[in-house]
Amino acid sequence: MAVIQLTCISCPLGCPLTVETDGAGQVVSVTGNTCKRGEVYGRKEVTAPTRTVTSTVRVEGGSVPVISVRTKTDIPKEKIFPCMEEIRKAVAQAPVHIGDVVVENVCGTGVDVIATKDAL
Amino acid sequence: MAAYDAIVVGAGVTGSAVARELSRRNGRFLVVERASDVCEGTSKANSAIVHAGFDAEPGTLKAKMNVRGNQLMDQISEELDVPFSRVGAFVVCLREEELPRLEELYQRGLKNGVPDLELLTGDEAKALEPNLTDEVCGALWARTSGIVCPFALTLGLAESAAKNGVEFSFNTAVTGLEKTSEGWLVKTNQGDFTARAVVNAAGVYSDTLHNWACEEKLSITPRKGEYCLLDKTAGGHVSRTIFQLPGKYGKGVLVSPTIHGNLLVGPTAVDDPDREDTATTAAGIADLTEKAALSVKNVPMRQVITSFMGLRAHEAGDDFVLGETAECFFDAAGIESPGLTSAPAIGEYLAELIAEKLGLSEKEQFDPLRKGVPHLAAMSAEERAEKIRENPAYGNIICRCEEVSEGEILDAIHGILGARTLDGVKRRTRAGMGRCQAGFCSPRVMDLLSRELGLDLTEIRKNGEDSQIVLEKTRG
Amino acid sequence: MKQDLVIIGGGPAGLAAAIAARESGVEQVLVLEREKELGGILNQCIHNGFGLHTFQEELTGPEYAARYIEKAQALGIPYKLSTTVVDLERQGEGVLVTAVSRQEGLVQIQAKAAVLAMGCRERPRGALNIPGTRPAGIFSAGTAQRLVNMEGYLPGKRVVILGSGDIGLIMARRMTLEGAKVLCVAELMPYSGGLKRNIVQCLNDFDIPLKLSHTVVDIQGKERVTGVTIAQVDEKSRPIPGTEEHYDCDTLLLSVGLIPENELSRQVGVEMAPATNGPKVNESLETSIPGVFACGNVLHVHDLVDYVSEEAVQAGRHAARYILEGREESGREIPLAPQGAVRYTVPCTLSPQRMEEETVVRFRVGRNIRKGLVRVLAGDRVLLTRKRPVMAPGEMEQVVLKREWFSGNEEEITVEAVEEKEGT
Repeated sequence: MAVIQLTCISCPLGCPLTVETDGAGQVVSVTGNTCKRGEVYGRKEVTAPTRTVTSTVRVEGGSVPVISVRTKTDIPKEKIFPCMEEIRKAVAQAPVHIGDVVVENVCGTGVDVIATKDAL
Repeated sequence: MAAYDAIVVGAGVTGSAVARELSRRNGRFLVVERASDVCEGTSKANSAIVHAGFDAEPGTLKAKMNVRGNQLMDQISEELDVPFSRVGAFVVCLREEELPRLEELYQRGLKNGVPDLELLTGDEAKALEPNLTDEVCGALWARTSGIVCPFALTLGLAESAAKNGVEFSFNTAVTGLEKTSEGWLVKTNQGDFTARAVVNAAGVYSDTLHNWACEEKLSITPRKGEYCLLDKTAGGHVSRTIFQLPGKYGKGVLVSPTIHGNLLVGPTAVDDPDREDTATTAAGIADLTEKAALSVKNVPMRQVITSFMGLRAHEAGDDFVLGETAECFFDAAGIESPGLTSAPAIGEYLAELIAEKLGLSEKEQFDPLRKGVPHLAAMSAEERAEKIRENPAYGNIICRCEEVSEGEILDAIHGILGARTLDGVKRRTRAGMGRCQAGFCSPRVMDLLSRELGLDLTEIRKNGEDSQIVLEKTRG
Repeated sequence: MKQDLVIIGGGPAGLAAAIAARESGVEQVLVLEREKELGGILNQCIHNGFGLHTFQEELTGPEYAARYIEKAQALGIPYKLSTTVVDLERQGEGVLVTAVSRQEGLVQIQAKAAVLAMGCRERPRGALNIPGTRPAGIFSAGTAQRLVNMEGYLPGKRVVILGSGDIGLIMARRMTLEGAKVLCVAELMPYSGGLKRNIVQCLNDFDIPLKLSHTVVDIQGKERVTGVTIAQVDEKSRPIPGTEEHYDCDTLLLSVGLIPENELSRQVGVEMAPATNGPKVNESLETSIPGVFACGNVLHVHDLVDYVSEEAVQAGRHAARYILEGREESGREIPLAPQGAVRYTVPCTLSPQRMEEETVVRFRVGRNIRKGLVRVLAGDRVLLTRKRPVMAPGEMEQVVLKREWFSGNEEEITVEAVEEKEGT
């Protein structure tokens, strides 16, 4: 059982949340929130936090040295740094268009890293 | 045989002025400079005033060089394309009981041979400068006082010298001096050089150099002066340089327009033995704010765009040390204010002594003219259009605050003593000197330096060897 | 060259204004952009979080920009890149725009109307009077952002950040992801100027401490930064002696505020509003000079690009109306007066005769308010009351005013934000 303190990011209010979990990591209670969204956020943030990773990938054959990329959807928070490692190694060949997959299934998350800008 | 007739140590305004005057003569001359560019020491951080010459004690070298330097400035600025304007100066008196001292200053000016001095009542002064404080009860008006671009003056002198055959060696720090049968061996971190004569224009280190060569020792104490530079919207707050009459409350600070239209407030005066410390302080800035308010009201200190610190080479004897102080060793030491004004006169004076000593003859083909980087923002639409037709790079604006184009930056890089650093480009073109202080243009200027000099971005520096701007590539 | 409408700036504001003007029927619209591509500062804002209001999805900066660029291109709106406007002056009923570029040299364009959309710039170190040396390694956060995200270079490895504005927070994460160690973020105020979500996802995620009520009191290093000293400040923002902490670092990033970039606006002579550093505008987002409109960060600094686009659409539409229908007699211009915690409003005046059915009034408060009320009054007549659980200086607020509320005889419209108990 654990007690976790969080700041809710669902709105500018930024309620301080206290999330209690049991021995199995299941959420027992969320307190401190002033609306329903706070509870939802607290539960997810404690059990399965996810983030979108945005970065750049080296381009070859284009007019710019790097292009911006992002994970197509959120990935588990603990995969941020492993994901960066793969992004760092990746090389895209120009021309690249917005939405093109630059890294497939990054770190086995099932999520692709896609270009967010054209590089011609 | 010595490799050079003369080696000048220091590429500040004094060393550059001596070099240019030497280049009127036949001979081989070298300027060694420990920094990566000209104008990296006291010459880049001062009041940028061409003083009239009423301040120094009559009979001193300071007085002589100041008045002569002031006289030479019209011709020098014309020949070297240096922005200069005789806006005039007021020395304002803030207490009735100190008015006699204003009169003394006036008399001293007359003794020093300063032309066009006039004493004004407080009301007369305030009518001409409406932002003077109510306390101003009298003023000495020096019409020959002026404002100048210190970077352009130093660069102009140095480039003119280079154009007329003087060699420059940067990143070259003198580590020792040895007397030889032919003159001097100048030891540096870049190897040794020989010369028949050595000129000491080493600024805050001029005592070190002097003491290597001479029996009679000098002692320089760096006098730190902090300044605040205000945005151009504040540039018209006063139209002349406003000095405070030195009194029992200290020397006071000046408030002045700059030649580029900003407003300058400073300097403080703190003696500090550290010759490398150019850090500004919270106390200094507070002091300036307080003191400036004594003579000029409502100075908009919220519009400060940058503050900086200059080190003035104050010599214990309180005068310039000029002349041959050891055999074939020529001093330009202890050059503090009015050093910028005096530089052309010091150059003239020392070069004459050296020429006489070494028997150097006048050069027939000396070219006195030098052109700075053009400043397109100051041109009319027609002139500007014409310039861009000649060279389309003048149409590509890189620094949006000061409206500096790619063409101007390329000129700065490819000039005779071309810029190699961000600061070098800044001093030659004003790119990065505006109100965003290089936020937008520095990556773009770095790109241009990298492209033109064939360097990777990690090799581009702000000024010295250790002033790398970006550390590594993020990708491969 | 003659044009109906010149738009100065091809970032999010300029693009949205251009599209709106064209869709409102203006044939000749020309966008002038000083960078070599459209999109403005969004091109370097590669993080996500853009477009939730406009597109109901979370985009990165370049993706958000691309939506507008594609639309402008689809409408065939002409634009000139790498083209800098160097002069703006009034000429007859319209304006004369002087611009320079490598490809066309100096061009002068006569336009019936202009939209100012030049954006803003970052407050530099000098404006803060931070004592210390002036070595390499001091960057505004946006400059570092450009170096990392567009040039592909890391400006530093051990970093202290001053200011918790959003760009600073975003760069704390970005530099960390690129392998730099961000030692702390110091914020002068007792609260952060950035969005909560950025504090959580950019600082807390990476255990980067946020030191509120702290500032940098010294910078060390002759050629490159070697360290900075930060100290706690008292309620008047003065450093408290004895609270100094030293950090060995090679980089100081500054994220200490944005300033609308109004050089051209001043040149042409528009009246400025001291609270925003932007032009004073009426309900049509028209400046004091007829036919000159303003929108986006040049008008007032926004925190969300979605609102920039929304505002720019208004500016574009009003500019179109001005061009196509001429300037209508406005009747009375009623001033909007900020009250209570409201620092400013955009617009500054409103003409009931000229206004559309609805007008959006945007404003910021000068302090944190919990359980607040926003009220709009004409004299003692309450036109609107809205509850706000929280208002903060870092978050722009807005209310919508309806034309039917006004007779045209009002002396003044006050917009106030207060704590609920005071207001009731």
